[in-house]
Amino acid sequence: MKLLIIVSENWVFRVVNLTEKPFGKNPERGSNRQLFMESLAVVFILQVLRISVPYLFASVGAVFSERGGVINLALEGLILAGAFGAMLGQYLTGSAWAGVALALALGLVVSLLHAFVTVTLRADQIVSGIAINILVMGVTRFALGLLFGSAMNSARIAGMEAPMPLFDPLLLIAVLSVVAAQFVLFRTPYGLRLRAAGESAEAVETAGLDVRKLRYSGVLISGALSALGGAFLVFQQHSFTDNMSAGRGYIALAAMIIGKWSPVGAALASLLFAAAEAMSMWLPSGWLPSQLVQSLPYVITLLVLAGFVGKATPPKEVGVPYKPK
Amino acid sequence: MTYRKSTLSVFRLSSIFAMFVLLVTGCSGKKAVTENNPNAYKVGLVFDVGGRGDKSFNDSAYNGLEQAKQKLGIQFDYIEPSGEGADREAALRQMAADPDVKLIIGVGLLFTDDITAIAREFPDKKFACIDYNPQPGAEIPSNLSGITFEEKKGSFLVGALAALESKTGTIGFIGGMDSNIIRKFESGYIEGARYVKPEIEVITNFIGMTGSAFNDPAKGKELALGQYSRGADIIYQAAGASGMGVIEAARESNKLVICTDMDQSSLAPGRVLTSMTKAVDKAVFTTVGDAMNGKLQGGKQRVFGLDGRYTDYVWNSGNDKLIGQSVRERIESIRGDILGGKIKIQE
Repeated sequence: MKLLIIVSENWVFRVVNLTEKPFGKNPERGSNRQLFMESLAVVFILQVLRISVPYLFASVGAVFSERGGVINLALEGLILAGAFGAMLGQYLTGSAWAGVALALALGLVVSLLHAFVTVTLRADQIVSGIAINILVMGVTRFALGLLFGSAMNSARIAGMEAPMPLFDPLLLIAVLSVVAAQFVLFRTPYGLRLRAAGESAEAVETAGLDVRKLRYSGVLISGALSALGGAFLVFQQHSFTDNMSAGRGYIALAAMIIGKWSPVGAALASLLFAAAEAMSMWLPSGWLPSQLVQSLPYVITLLVLAGFVGKATPPKEVGVPYKPK
Repeated sequence: MTYRKSTLSVFRLSSIFAMFVLLVTGCSGKKAVTENNPNAYKVGLVFDVGGRGDKSFNDSAYNGLEQAKQKLGIQFDYIEPSGEGADREAALRQMAADPDVKLIIGVGLLFTDDITAIAREFPDKKFACIDYNPQPGAEIPSNLSGITFEEKKGSFLVGALAALESKTGTIGFIGGMDSNIIRKFESGYIEGARYVKPEIEVITNFIGMTGSAFNDPAKGKELALGQYSRGADIIYQAAGASGMGVIEAARESNKLVICTDMDQSSLAPGRVLTSMTKAVDKAVFTTVGDAMNGKLQGGKQRVFGLDGRYTDYVWNSGNDKLIGQSVRERIESIRGDILGGKIKIQE
């Protein structure tokens, strides 16, 4: 984490140097240049944090689902459902926390559907995930149409008040959830059992535990956390728009894989994605073709993946439906 | 055992099927805004990315139809397509195949290719496309009227305005999809700014490469916060619904924003310096009226430009405190120079 911040700080300075001309020309800022660059670095880091929050929530949640043995391609839909719930909750009651509550509720309902289809019915987990993404997109458009007369935009909501950018409640919860998830998964009996359910379900069953319950719990945790990511997104944006998750669920899934199915790893990968994305926003235009700039986050990720992460081994029985004897 | 297996796969199939049914009912909402007048002239409108409620381009088109309904007594249907290309084509086709619909309007440059093809397929129907943007030299079907605006000239005016009002000497531009029509906004804005202040710095960003770039307010907001923190005090956004994010950023950082297509000052009172307006509503209204009288100007591009103030910038009681009288006079004289040919701008 510390290393990453230092690295991103270096990036800012490099980027700033690239854009030397605009600032150098401005006389009133010349004397305060050091201060100005420091404040730029702060702005950049805050931006990275904001972009990373939905990734953090969804990828940490996905670790639970996949460690338990269920591939969760439904992250996209879960984020969207959470965003919709948060918007609706606040729109109806005026309270941001009611929005969070409704987001959690919708996230749980949608993930319950995923768990039911994949664990109880033992359907293909990938198909179920994709179907849920499309389903949530359709349902939210439909519900938007009923509520606001447009299938694409909601009314404006107030969002969540934060005393300081760094103390946004959901941002703090995201950071806490990483630590808590790491602890629960690797330091508690429940975590051990959940991981065992994804490695060797039969062994878990032999030990007298209910594999299905464990897998349900993993998927539900994933749903709740992803929904919080969606809530953060909608509070930042102050309105719900059609398909506003915009691929973030898939990026979170990639972050989880790069993070080798551990919460801290997933969180670091999320920060990396967010830093790369923020960087592409700060590159001066005209310096690179914009097509290249847009693809930068993915190129950087590929390079990091190829260079530093090494082999990522999924849980042994992830994607394999379990049939009790 | 076999029995159990087969019931399970039936289960699986039916659950997936059920999802698709829900999906389809969720997506293809063709909304009829009609009263019971079966003989009325019927218009079908297909929205751009961003959809109804974007408080911009699409809402402006919708307002035009509403006016036509009240003043000309038409009926209309509309569709908000989701996702990418194929959906838009299907929506146009659905409208064209409806025997009652006589005029089909596609809102936005993304319709250009599809509406050209469908206009050829349905020669009995009339078509109009806002921001129609064909390949140079391509033939336009005689039942299709392309509607364009002078975005570059309008952007030139707001660029000059931004440069005159900027206190930091740095202004910003945020475009939606990186495409030649949005590049027109960008280049006009920069040329206008440099025309009044050659040393002005302009930071530009585009949200993305595809149509969905017009529908990503979260990214619009982050880009805007970045530009404001780098010293821009006025940002011009031409990003459809993504522009809402830019407006949010202006509210949060107490800076100014210039909006597009419609007067968007109500979204952030006191923070919208002006809006570069395209009278999509008037263009839709005029086109519907012409089509009803059988006078649709098909087969060519119809320009709704600075002349007649179809393409314009907002100056009213909402923002006259933000724009000084002398600045206003300067911009008006530039406008006169563009109309009089003293300033040459290639659209």
